[in-house]
Amino acid sequence: MHYVFKIYLKSLTLNILSCVKKVKINKKKVNSKKNNVFAVITGAVAGLVNGVFGGGGGMIVVPMLTLLMKREQKKAHATAILIILPLSITSGLFYLAFGNFNLNVGLPVGIGVIVGGIIGALALSKLSSKWVSIIFCVIMALAGFKMLVF
Amino acid sequence: MEFVLYIVAGLLGGVLGGMGMGGGTVLIPLLNIFYGVGQHTAQAVNLVSFIPMAIVALIFHLKNKLVEFDKILLIAVPGIFACILGCYIARAITGDLLRRCFGGFLILLSAFQLVLQFKNAE
Repeated sequence: MHYVFKIYLKSLTLNILSCVKKVKINKKKVNSKKNNVFAVITGAVAGLVNGVFGGGGGMIVVPMLTLLMKREQKKAHATAILIILPLSITSGLFYLAFGNFNLNVGLPVGIGVIVGGIIGALALSKLSSKWVSIIFCVIMALAGFKMLVF
Repeated sequence: MEFVLYIVAGLLGGVLGGMGMGGGTVLIPLLNIFYGVGQHTAQAVNLVSFIPMAIVALIFHLKNKLVEFDKILLIAVPGIFACILGCYIARAITGDLLRRCFGGFLILLSAFQLVLQFKNAE
């Protein structure tokens, strides 16, 4: 009798264990589904911003990748470029087709951006502190205020 | 002379972009406020000038294996459709309205960034 009870108990624990496993797997599936939804939302928001405002997509994609999709900060920065690049090419072509691009502005600015980009990438490790970012945010907000009101 | 001034604007935007602080959010207001470039043109210039820099940065990141390809199509495909929609929205509105919207967007973005900065500091 004692022996039978032992076997019964064993099978019961096994059953519970497998149930727990199943729940875990289901949770994983739900999480992956949730992540798929997050992925589509991230893309759609970044795309809309890129198209309407001609930039700023990176500032949306990076926090969405880290906060929603739990990606690493450094990898999120790199992955964001892979996402923004096709968006900027598409938007760029549409802006070109709509006649918004001006080579007299675009050529010198483009040269400056490339040279500046290299300098910025090299300076990244030396200058990026919390306070640089905060000052940058304040200046950005002031510029935004001027554009919104005046 | 104008040519040189435009290079300076690009340099500023490029440096901040290279540092990962969002080049477009610097370059567009800079061109609009200090150079008097129209909002649509500033946005077009920003989009086009971002492309070569992004390609170089991407090659660098790919070599360092920092790019994650997981779910990339789920992000990029809806993104491309949304950005086409966005381009038509931008074309449909006047430069003045677009500039005001961009200003509001900048304020929201910087507020959001500030919250993130202080959250990370904790």
